[in-house]
Amino acid sequence: MGRSADNPLKDAFTSLGRVTVLFLDTMRSIFAKRFRVRDLVEQLHFIGVKSQSVVLLTGAFTGMVMCAQFYIQFHKVKMDSAVMSVVSVAMARELGAVLTSLMIAGRVGAAMAAQLGTMKVTEQIDALRTLATSPVDYLVAPRLLAMFISLPLLTAEAIAISMVSGMMVAVFLLGLDQADLWGNMLIYTWSVDIWMGLIKAFIFAGIIATIACHKGMHCGQGAEGVGKATTEAVVAASITILVSNFFVTLVLNKLLIYQE
Amino acid sequence: MIEVSQLHKSFGQQQVLRGVDLQIDEGESVVIIGGSGCGKSVLLRHIIGLVPPDEGDVKIDGQSIADLSERELIKVRRKFGMLFQGSALFDSLTVEENVGFLLNREQKMSPAAIRETVADALELVDLGGTQVKKPAELSGGMKKRVGLARAIVYKPEIILYDEPTTGLDPVVADSIDQLVIRMRDQLKCTSIVVTHDTRSMRRVGNRVMMLHHGRIHANGTPDDIFNSTDPIVHKFVNGIADPKDLEF
Repeated sequence: MGRSADNPLKDAFTSLGRVTVLFLDTMRSIFAKRFRVRDLVEQLHFIGVKSQSVVLLTGAFTGMVMCAQFYIQFHKVKMDSAVMSVVSVAMARELGAVLTSLMIAGRVGAAMAAQLGTMKVTEQIDALRTLATSPVDYLVAPRLLAMFISLPLLTAEAIAISMVSGMMVAVFLLGLDQADLWGNMLIYTWSVDIWMGLIKAFIFAGIIATIACHKGMHCGQGAEGVGKATTEAVVAASITILVSNFFVTLVLNKLLIYQE
Repeated sequence: MIEVSQLHKSFGQQQVLRGVDLQIDEGESVVIIGGSGCGKSVLLRHIIGLVPPDEGDVKIDGQSIADLSERELIKVRRKFGMLFQGSALFDSLTVEENVGFLLNREQKMSPAAIRETVADALELVDLGGTQVKKPAELSGGMKKRVGLARAIVYKPEIILYDEPTTGLDPVVADSIDQLVIRMRDQLKCTSIVVTHDTRSMRRVGNRVMMLHHGRIHANGTPDDIFNSTDPIVHKFVNGIADPKDLEF
C-alpha cells in the first residue's frame, strides 16, 4: 500500500500498461466474437437508451447558451447571421464529442466501475474465472463494443439537438432571421466537421469503457475500494478525454481539414 | 493428482506462503485448517490458478499451471468446481441461470437438457423448485447450496470449498457438511476443504493438513490431528487461546 505513495510514476506507468493490455485483450475478444449478443444488447440499452435525457439536456442547453453568448459578441460587429454557423461548427468539431463523453464518463463509466468493482469484492469475477469464463469476454468486451457503437450516435444526437435548440433561441428569443442563420450554418458546417466529432467520440468511447472496466476489475477491498475505484474511473477517464482531445484534434486537423 | 511444491507468495511486505509442499491424490478428501489469515484461501486460489505464485509450482495431473496465461488456465479450470466463502453468486442472474452458467456458455447441450441438468443439481443440494429466485431472495445457507450446485453441475474432477460453513448457524453448517460428504461419496471427485471449523474437519476429511507460518505444519488423518501432542496443533483443534500469542 505504501508502494503507490512511494512510486507514483511507476504506479502510473504500471496502470497505463495494464489498461493497454486490457484494451488489446478486449479487442481480440471482440474480433473473435467471444462475447454474447444478449450482453451487448443489454449494454447498448444501458448506454444508449438510458443516457437519452442526459445527452439531450447537455446538447440542448449547450447550444442555447452558446447561441446567446455568441450573439452578444457578433452583434457588436453586425455579424448576427453568423451566430449559428459558429455554434454548429463548435459543437460538431469539439463540444458535442467532449461534453457528451464527459457526461457518459460520469453516468456510464461510474456505473461500470461500480458494477465490476462490486463483482470483484464479492468474488463474482473470481467465480467467473473458476467457471472457465474469461471476465474480459463476459464483462469487458460487450461494454467496450456497446460504447464504441453508442457514443458516436449519442454525440451525433447532441450535435443535432444543440443546432435545433440554438436555432430556436436565435429565432424566437433573439429575433434573428431564420433563413440567414440556416443558410450560413449550411455553408460553414462541412461534413468533415461532423466526422471529426464522431471520430473523437469513437476514441473517447474506448477510453471511457477501458478505464472504467480496468478500475472496477482492479479495485480495492470493501465498500471503500469500490467507491475509490468509481471516483478514479470518472476522474481518470475525464482527464484522459480532455488531454487526448488536444492531440486527437492536431492529428485530425492534419488528416481531415488540410485535405479539403 | 494435485502437487504443490515450494509455493511462496507475498502481498506487499506480508509473506503469506513460505514454501508450501503438498500432494493430493485423486479421490481424496483433504481438509486444510489453520488460523484466520494464515493463507488457507490463498493456497486454494493458487491450486485453481486464480493467483500466480511468486515462487514454486502447482501441477494438476502433471501439468504445471504456474506459468500458464489466463486463456490457457481456462481449460485447466474446467476440471474444477469451487464453492466460495461468500457463495459469489451472480446477483443479476436467477438461481437457474447461476447454476447453468457454464453449460449455457459452452452451448454443448440443448436448453431443455440444461434445464433438466440444473434441476437435478438443485435436487442434489435439496433446493428443487428455486430456479426462478434471485440470489437476494435466498438465505446464507441457501446461497451456499446454490453455489455448490453451480460448482458440481458440470461434473468437475476436483471440488474446492473455501470456508463452506463460515457465517452459518450450527444446523445449517451441519447440512452443508452433509452435502460436502454427499458430493464426495456420490460424485467420487477429489475434495479440498479450507476451514477453521474443527467439527467440520473431523466429519468431511480423510486427511487433514494444518497450515501455520506459511507452511504445512501437520499432515495426517483427522484422528492424528485431534490427538496430536504438537502444541500448535493442540491449541488450534482445542480452541485454546494464549492472550500473549498473536499468532491466532
